Amino acid sequence: MGKKVLMFGWEFPPHNSGGLGTACLGITKSLSKKKTKVTFVLPKKIEGAESFLRIVSPETPYISFYSVDSPLSPYLDGKKYESYSTKGDSVYGRSLYEEVSRYSDFGWYIAGKEDFDVIHAHEWLSFGAGIKAKERSGKPFIAHIHATEFDRTGGEGINPRVYAIEKRGMEMADRVVAVSNLTKSIVVKHYGIPEEKVEVVHNGVEFEEEEGEFREVSKMKEHGKKMVLFVGRITLQKGPDYFIRAAKRVCEVCRDTFFVISGSGDMQCQMMEQVAREGLSDRVFFTGFMRGEKLRSLYRSADLFVMPSVSEPFGITPLESLINGTPVLISKQSGSSEVLMHALKVDFWDIDDMANKMICALNYDSLNRCLKENGRREVFSINWDKTADKLIKIYNNL
Amino acid sequence: MPSVCFYFQVHQPFRVKKYTFFDIGRDSSYFAGEGEGDLNNEWVMRKVADKSYIPTNKMLLDLLREYPSMGISFSFSGVVLEQMEKYSPETLESFRELVNTGRVELLGETYYHSLAFLYSREEFKRQVDMQRKKVEELFSVTPQVFRCTELFYSNEVARAARDMGFKGVLGEGVDHLLGWRSPNFIYRPQGLNDIKLFKKNYRLSDDIAFRFSSSGWKEHPLTADKFARWVSQLNGNGEVVNLFMDYETFGEHQWEETGIFNFLRSLPGEVLKDSDNDFITLSEAIERYKAHDEIDVPYVTSWADTERDTSAWTGNEMQRDALSKVYEIEEDVLRTKDKDIIDDWRKLQISDHFYYMGTKTMGDGVVHSYFSPYDSPYEAFISFMNALSDLKLRVEKKLNYKDEKNKVTFRQSI
Repeated sequence: MGKKVLMFGWEFPPHNSGGLGTACLGITKSLSKKKTKVTFVLPKKIEGAESFLRIVSPETPYISFYSVDSPLSPYLDGKKYESYSTKGDSVYGRSLYEEVSRYSDFGWYIAGKEDFDVIHAHEWLSFGAGIKAKERSGKPFIAHIHATEFDRTGGEGINPRVYAIEKRGMEMADRVVAVSNLTKSIVVKHYGIPEEKVEVVHNGVEFEEEEGEFREVSKMKEHGKKMVLFVGRITLQKGPDYFIRAAKRVCEVCRDTFFVISGSGDMQCQMMEQVAREGLSDRVFFTGFMRGEKLRSLYRSADLFVMPSVSEPFGITPLESLINGTPVLISKQSGSSEVLMHALKVDFWDIDDMANKMICALNYDSLNRCLKENGRREVFSINWDKTADKLIKIYNNL
Repeated sequence: MPSVCFYFQVHQPFRVKKYTFFDIGRDSSYFAGEGEGDLNNEWVMRKVADKSYIPTNKMLLDLLREYPSMGISFSFSGVVLEQMEKYSPETLESFRELVNTGRVELLGETYYHSLAFLYSREEFKRQVDMQRKKVEELFSVTPQVFRCTELFYSNEVARAARDMGFKGVLGEGVDHLLGWRSPNFIYRPQGLNDIKLFKKNYRLSDDIAFRFSSSGWKEHPLTADKFARWVSQLNGNGEVVNLFMDYETFGEHQWEETGIFNFLRSLPGEVLKDSDNDFITLSEAIERYKAHDEIDVPYVTSWADTERDTSAWTGNEMQRDALSKVYEIEEDVLRTKDKDIIDDWRKLQISDHFYYMGTKTMGDGVVHSYFSPYDSPYEAFISFMNALSDLKLRVEKKLNYKDEKNKVTFRQSI
């Protein structure tokens, strides 16, 4: 029997808004397959369930859930959260930090109720809970870094309170897990964590064999038009502005190319304005946030997927794209560029090179096919079972 | 007996600089990479000259003086000679000194170190002639033995070499084609009596070229006396030991720190301790030894990767696409009669461009990326294809298509 893990997260599919929930699902599923018992704690209520209710799914006998009702979202920072909570959507605390503190108390509570060997907390919002659980139980605590404040803000306007929580969590942890060498280097450089305390565990990706294109774009594709896809939150970190600037360069020379931006975020209005200003309204389309089968069919419709992130700790979307048979162009400032060899790579700020590679990938068919076939083969070797194996090794060496 | 036949390949490609789609139609200096790095051909030439060519030449010159019967063979691509003239005349001078001893034989090959043999037999012959002229001009000797690019060899290669007047030809000692026969004899190409065939002893060659510094190898460290013992062991079982390798092995692939220069310095002395052994040129071997058997090589073999076939250059779709796009414009290019256009087109035929595009992932992929100046095979393909697209525009412009209305430029067509 493997170790028993008390795991703190904050979102879980299908109630997730980004890659973090997907990662938590992949990790817990694979750990469970390998007979590691996980008790997964969520800070918010799962629909249809009472808070503090344990959900045990028959499909994953080794995972059980706790959820607590709070409006925490991993992608809100303090400022936005304050504006959100003053609308009166929540009956609980006034600020994000009060919520974090409430979740921490829950960590103390649950640590007294559950039987476990290891505490494993994902991302800064749950670090407080992890620390409290460690204080109460004396069990080792792992802080898992999926993104840092430096990634979220592009290094400008770091929120000092978020930074402090992240830093304390990593300092209090017995081991820090980073999703890439890129993230590890930030953790060492900006948080002063000793290198030997940080382990790199890359993410994986889930496979689903499906077919069919996204209905809404199939008409354009029938007319021989080529599609370039962006998937991700429309925020500074993801580099949508670089994507649009490169798209403009491409449109100057390629008549039959259109661009799709799938996602939502605080820069969406600004990006739509930029598109209009550049005269690209008939070439760049916004779909809003998509998930599941719809998103996958969008991947399959595209001729090229682009992830121009300014700072991407891992970045699971290019892997999803490759699984769906679409080659990828990714920024060198990403963790997934550490594991993907069969991808086009570019510095996010190098608009000319980004446009160059978009054009070449769309027009040199042999290049497109080699990227697609080799990339698809490669991505099958990047899976959550590997991630789980590395985590189990870390649990056993604590 | 046996006679050691050293043949060293000397070649440096004109690497295509980082060339984007937006350079098409604006910049035709494809090979003018700048800065400190592997895409700056001048920088690479000077670096390799300092680390490898000049010190190794000096050592060989000393050895030739010390051992007056010793002979060595070299093969130069035309493009490496061109780069020596341009970027490192002192290197060319030191090679001349070696050749002037009269005991260094120079081989024939394609001027552009190209795969033309596979794609255009006419172009292949023109490039072999060009290389012969260049060697005659610079060294005042005429190549008598032929080695095809990357040691490509087949019955057809032998026939083409014979038809061009060569009396010897080189090939890889591929086991399943040799069968029970050893590479340590001279053979006849299938159906030909007037040209002799040398087979590379890839075990002993690769012991020096690849395994010399690999600490995981059970024979590591390789010493000159150990290697000399292996050579002497062939006495009675062979007449020639064909040690074929890149000249850059000395000082560039195997750094000075590995002890490769000390090894080379001591090797002739150790080998010659056994008075049955000697070092001779390929032409001397042709004079001295008879062909023992006929060897049938129906398809093209090479010295690369574990497959020893042409897949290192033609294995994936990008490579085949790029190659066919280069050769399909042959007629138009030649019709321009424009010296620069024709020269650039031929420089785009250099085999290295296609090698860099290789995507084999197993052990060989590591070798490919070690030798590649690009971040990935995809980057290599992109710069190459963009440069080729520009060349096509230049060809079109030069041929000045009459019907302007029907003219579709590359830029407009996408």
